[in-house]
Amino acid sequence: MTETGTTALPHALADIRDEFLALGLKDRLQLLLEFSNELPELPEHLRDKTDLFEQVVECQSPVFIDVKIEDAAVQLYATAPRESPTTRGFASILVQGITGLSPAEVLAIPSDFPQMLGLGEAVSPLRLRGMSGMLGRTKRQIAAKSAA
Amino acid sequence: MPVAADPAPQFREFAHPERLVSTDWLAENLGTPGLVVVESDEDVLLYETGHIPGAVKIDWHTELNDPLTRDYVDGAGFAALASAKGISRDSTVVIYGDKSNWWAAYALWVFTLFGHEDVRLLDGGRAKWQAEGRPLTTDEPEIAAADYPVVERDDSRVRAFRDDVLAHIGKPLVDVRSPEEYSGERTTAPAYPEEGALRAGHIPTAQNVPWAKAAADDGTFKPKAELEAIYRDGAGLQEGDEVIAYCRIGERSSHTWFALTHLLGFENVRNYDGSWTEWGSLVRVPIAKGSEPGSL
Repeated sequence: MTETGTTALPHALADIRDEFLALGLKDRLQLLLEFSNELPELPEHLRDKTDLFEQVVECQSPVFIDVKIEDAAVQLYATAPRESPTTRGFASILVQGITGLSPAEVLAIPSDFPQMLGLGEAVSPLRLRGMSGMLGRTKRQIAAKSAA
Repeated sequence: MPVAADPAPQFREFAHPERLVSTDWLAENLGTPGLVVVESDEDVLLYETGHIPGAVKIDWHTELNDPLTRDYVDGAGFAALASAKGISRDSTVVIYGDKSNWWAAYALWVFTLFGHEDVRLLDGGRAKWQAEGRPLTTDEPEIAAADYPVVERDDSRVRAFRDDVLAHIGKPLVDVRSPEEYSGERTTAPAYPEEGALRAGHIPTAQNVPWAKAAADDGTFKPKAELEAIYRDGAGLQEGDEVIAYCRIGERSSHTWFALTHLLGFENVRNYDGSWTEWGSLVRVPIAKGSEPGSL
């Protein structure tokens, strides 16, 4: 691990980071697009319940998240329109990287994880705020739900 | 040689009908020599999911903005960008994008800063093209690099800076943000402060005309009479007025700048691209709160 002064990243997130950093700028965008295409559909029982989800207002496009903790494992659900592939890509990275972790592991993810992917130049720091917002809100939901 | 304008009847009433093309026109003219189609979106990946065949992509943030200074690229940067996209100085450039052409209008406005003469918007943008079932492709276009001269940016005619705005207060100002942003009451969730500006509200005396009022449901511009009702009767703009429009970072106000300049024929409209993310953080500039324009 090369980060200084931060907790080591969970394996799945570290793998995703390494995958991005191994590529040039243009290919990083393509990889983000692949993540975007992989964002899982919401399970049947949640599809008509997105009004109970939390909107990530840091994103310019409508994206909604919901966090469940089942058997001490975190499950992140996210939905964003097809017309917003960047936002979908961010959501997909978090869904793939977080699902199955313990609440404590998610809470320990460094808040600047979005900045570690080398996407600043490719998508602009402004757009990365959306992913920071998503991560922050996910953690806050977990903190609230673990305390309950 | 510019490509002939779209003679569609719905554009004829506008002050500069040659600034708009319809989806029908574009479909017929794809591949015409001298025409370059440009997609410019808010979402940096949307083009990659499928674009109009032959269209090139220009990203507002990573390509039109200077990566270091908060400014646009300079003359050499724009020349390099245009060349790489296959655009010559005499190309007819048709721009389209997502979100009712916000970002397309923004790109068009930046082209205007460099005095690119023939630059047009696809009325209705990406969504209309798609809704009509017209083709999109993920094939990368074959671009032959073009020669584009280094032309220095002219910020004096259509761009306003903060000192210009300060001196302008009292003359027509149009705030094109949402009513909530204008009034300063827009709420963000607890613990998630608005990062873009330190203060909320609007520039005193500015009229609030949300940009989307200029757009019909399908993203096309409304007919001239409706636009007149909004900007002349509603916001009180008059012939000969000097007008400055602003939003958060100058993209939505580019849409309004386009409507006022090219559709209604106002000749002295500037876009304040610093907009609220600058004004709302400046020390000691006047700010008004609430739904009334307020006074200085």
